[in-house]
Order: sequence, then structure tokens, then C-alpha cells
Amino acid sequence: METSALTHHGQALRFRALRNQVLASNIANADTPNYKARDLDFSTALKGVQQESLSLTRTSDLHKQAWGSNDIGARTMYRVPMQPSLDGNTVSMDMEQAAFAENAVQYRASLAFLDGHIRSIRYALKGGD
Amino acid sequence: MSLFKVFDVAGSAMNAQSVRMNVTASNLANAGSVSGDPGLVYRARQPIFSSFSSSLADQQGVAGVRLDGILESTTPLEMRYLPDHPEADRDGNVYATNVNTVEEMVNMMSASRSYKNNVEMINTSKDLLLQTLSLGR
Repeated sequence: METSALTHHGQALRFRALRNQVLASNIANADTPNYKARDLDFSTALKGVQQESLSLTRTSDLHKQAWGSNDIGARTMYRVPMQPSLDGNTVSMDMEQAAFAENAVQYRASLAFLDGHIRSIRYALKGGD
Repeated sequence: MSLFKVFDVAGSAMNAQSVRMNVTASNLANAGSVSGDPGLVYRARQPIFSSFSSSLADQQGVAGVRLDGILESTTPLEMRYLPDHPEADRDGNVYATNVNTVEEMVNMMSASRSYKNNVEMINTSKDLLLQTLSLGR
């Protein structure tokens, strides 16, 4: 069915939005002592979606989520620092900015794919034009 | 929608950086101050940053910046022998502030660059959100 492509790109969008948020935290905390930079890995997120990763059902809002997991199965992991710093901060600004830009482009790509699908569905519904 | 949280995160960082800017400005403004009483001399101030997550349940790596406080530098004051100075104490000494002008200038550049980074981040996220809104039009 045509709509499965919509859900796939929708999930990709959610992953990109989440990663955008994590990278934003890294850039925002570039001057915070002892802050450890984090990131999400696309391939583990993809595996998580493909294999239906094992997750706990939360029956109450008070239940904490398992560490580092989220609804799209991507794990938040600490970055391996490129070079040590005196204040214990592991944010490498150039790397974070590159990753942020890359993530924004990927987000736009997913948006463009989704847009194309929606357009073709509308085209089919209207019977042309 | 998680893109909205970027505004909170970057906003908190911009707030922290602007406080840092203000503190630097105050340090630079007082860079030349002297006094006969070491207790009254202006001492260089530095803001202390720490990261925080808004809620414990949300452990997805989202952290804003919080200002923990502004501390005064403990670097010893410079004592100058100036017996003609109107503020000089009984031994003819005045105490100069421990503000290091070069350090403060570097601090200012670093703060302004970090601030700009956060502004760019907000702009990018805003573009993404606006594009998402116009999806399928």
C-alpha cells in the first residue's frame, strides 16, 4: 500500500527531529564544564525499527523510561572525544556543527520525499492535474 | 514535536552567554580600578555554567544551560607603591583589581561566537519547522 512510504519517511523525520534536539544540546553546552557530548546513531535506530526492539510497557506516567531508549528505538550514546579538554567538556564545535548541518539536510530530504508522495497521492485522487 | 525543544535549549544557552557577556563587560569596565582598602577593590567575576534536563523522565540527551552563579576571582590583588595617590593607605600602597584584560577580551570573543552559534541553530530549526508546516501544499 502506498501509505507505508508515508510512515517510513515519517519515522525518519522523527529520528531527524530527535537528533536535531540532541545536537542542539551539544552546541548549547559547548562552554559547560564536564558536559559530555551525545549523539544518536541512525543504523541502530534502523535496526530497532526493523527488529521491533524489546521495550518495556509503561502503564503510568511516573514510570521512568529505560536508559537511553526512546519511542523510535534509537539510543543516545556518548561521543568519543577527539581531544581532551581541561574542563572535562567533550563537545567538539566543528564536528557538532557539521553534524547539525548534515542532520538538517537529511531532515529536508525526508520532507521532500514525503512531499512527493503526498503530491502523487493527491494527483491520483484527483485523476490528473 | 521535538524540534520545538531546540528553542528552549538554544534559548537557555543564549541567556547564559549573554550573562557571560555582561559579566565580561563589567570586568573590562572596572579593569583600571584601584583602592587603598583590599576589601573594597573590584575583583574579576566569572559566571559558572552547568547543564540541566528539564524533566527526569526525559533522558534522551536533551540538556539546556543553567547559570549556577557568579563567582569572584581569588587571584591575589596587585599591590602598588604609590604614596602620592589619594587612596593610598598608611604605608603608601594601593591595591589594583585582579581583572586580566587579555583574558576578558578572549572571553568576550568566545561568548559572542557561542551566542551566534545558538542563533544559527534556532534559525535552522525554525526553517525546518516552517517547511514541515507547508508539507503537501
